[in-house]
Amino acid sequence: MGQPKTIIEKLWDQHVVVEKPGAPALIYIDLHLVHEVTSPQAFAGLRSRGLKVRRPDLTFATTDHSTPTTPKNLPIVDPIAAAQVKQLEENAKEFGIPCFGYHSPQQGIVHVIGPENGLTQPGMTVVCGDSHTATHGAFGALAFGIGTSEVEMVLATQCLPQRKSKTFEVRVDGVLKPGVTAKDIILALCAKVGIGGGTGSVFEYCGSAIRSLTMEERMTVCNMSIEAGARAGLIAPDDVTYQYLNGRRFVPKGAEWDAAVERWKQLPTDEGATYDKSVSIDASSLEPMITFGTNPGMGMPISGAVPEPSNVSDPIERESLTKALNYMALEPGKPLLGQPIDVVFVGSCTNSRISDLRAAASVLKGRKVNPKVRMMVVPGSQIIKKQAESEGLDQVFREAGAEWREAGCSMCIAMNGDQLTPGQYSVSTSNRNFEGRQGKGGRTFLASPETAAASAIEGAVADVRRLMP
Amino acid sequence: MIKFTPFSTKIVQIPVDNLDTDQIIPARFLKTISKDGLGDQLFYDWRYDAEGKPKPEFVLNQDWAKVRNVLLAGDNFGCGSSREHAPWALTQYGFRAVISTSFADIFKNNSLKNSLLPIVVDPETHKKLLALPEDAELSIDLASQTLTLPDGSSVTFPVDEFSKYLLLEGVDELGYILQQEESIQAFEAQRHGTLNTLA
Repeated sequence: MGQPKTIIEKLWDQHVVVEKPGAPALIYIDLHLVHEVTSPQAFAGLRSRGLKVRRPDLTFATTDHSTPTTPKNLPIVDPIAAAQVKQLEENAKEFGIPCFGYHSPQQGIVHVIGPENGLTQPGMTVVCGDSHTATHGAFGALAFGIGTSEVEMVLATQCLPQRKSKTFEVRVDGVLKPGVTAKDIILALCAKVGIGGGTGSVFEYCGSAIRSLTMEERMTVCNMSIEAGARAGLIAPDDVTYQYLNGRRFVPKGAEWDAAVERWKQLPTDEGATYDKSVSIDASSLEPMITFGTNPGMGMPISGAVPEPSNVSDPIERESLTKALNYMALEPGKPLLGQPIDVVFVGSCTNSRISDLRAAASVLKGRKVNPKVRMMVVPGSQIIKKQAESEGLDQVFREAGAEWREAGCSMCIAMNGDQLTPGQYSVSTSNRNFEGRQGKGGRTFLASPETAAASAIEGAVADVRRLMP
Repeated sequence: MIKFTPFSTKIVQIPVDNLDTDQIIPARFLKTISKDGLGDQLFYDWRYDAEGKPKPEFVLNQDWAKVRNVLLAGDNFGCGSSREHAPWALTQYGFRAVISTSFADIFKNNSLKNSLLPIVVDPETHKKLLALPEDAELSIDLASQTLTLPDGSSVTFPVDEFSKYLLLEGVDELGYILQQEESIQAFEAQRHGTLNTLA
């Protein structure tokens, strides 16, 4: 037995192709996910250098960011978005990459379709030109976002020069109280360590509260690792992981599955392994969380009061908070509960899976969306959309007065026409509340699907626990 | 890539912490399939009014700012999305370096691949830089990793050896990886594959 290792170190060691003096290690990539926004310049680069995609069998493309969520029989109205979607479909064809194009019955958000189809597996390195690639870490994969130059490198070579990150243990123990969700765990972490707290690190989420989460909940947690500054965040695989994956389209079958599971069982962190940094959160003390400011680290328990800049000693921090509260048009010291809202968005790679839709529907069932509020429900993929419809969730949403739309990133990133107008407030299940993120001048409160649904009913920021039986 | 040579420049300040890539270039400009024209969209929503007219008070709209090559920003610059459009927009505007107390990981990686030097300084130096007169000039030399202030004092900044070599020589990283073909083939030969997306 050598030195005990964390899962992060094991994944790293298993993927080093070569490490030469004076250069970072070259890391092999097991799965490269591609979407329309961050890839066109990379494919153009391949073309101009006369290179091919080295491993189309480890590459998968989908359309999600620029795609409308209006009915599929309508054309893409925005000509620039239409050209970008078409470009991806053509690039995939030219370079021999499988692709869920705009009209594919499996199309969906890149971080939803990967796990859903069993593309994402434990022990893998996964990259995508998207910072929410950490989502796939929920399966015990080292998954991180990359830029377009790196997309081109991986397309051409299946490798990336990388420097080892620090290991950062995020221990979450205890039992969540009713009305408190995986989203609240990750928003609490962002509030605790701040938006830059995990810079240079990979999170390993562990502890009893993490173990008791479903795979979909684990994805919600890992998804927002980048919102606490960490490029990757992961959870060691266990029986929950294997049960979720078994039988999915791209996972190994039969004896190969058994052999894979045996290998995956070696991944969890060894007894006695140490981390560069650690933080712990008591799950049983958490309340539903909500953000008040213009980055995901500016969050608080839903019953809390908006912080006072005058209590902040560091001048730049005070200035940043003041600027955030001005943008949000919120008064320091006042509670957020009861703050009127205009839009509720349920969707995004953070919270658009079937369990998220069920959670929102269970709050809305038999109730109505406040007439002042526009509520949009955007499933993460076409497969989820069909599943939700077979369960009648679409009916629950429609009857409550919410819009039931086609799959995509939608108003999380507001590239596709789904957006806030200046000054509007939203409660959103997405991952970013940056200025203008959901539309120029729009103001975002990040929260769980349960909190979002409760707020839609009340027409104001609401505590879902008051609506629970 | 062009070779990264020493230069002197006056400073453009946007001393805000946690400047995210949605501010640097809003997502609606990411529908492009080229890298062109992004310099005009840099900090778009801070820079232009509702009608798309330049806001006269914003720093990037000053004629003097357009000829300066270094941006002095607050802590954790470039957090948020992985969009390489952010360094593309910054370099197209004219920046060759950004100075901060820290950078988000993905932004930093993306910058180094686009001849945009992320310079990390300690909080004391950062304060000193923020307090400099508006027309103060800095000198930046990557080879010696030094940033020289108008009073002649200088600080060194960290850059990893490999990135420094690529920047100074104007070599791109993909060329280096392509040279490792033998190692890649050897790795692939012993690797446990569990995925075939073409199946």
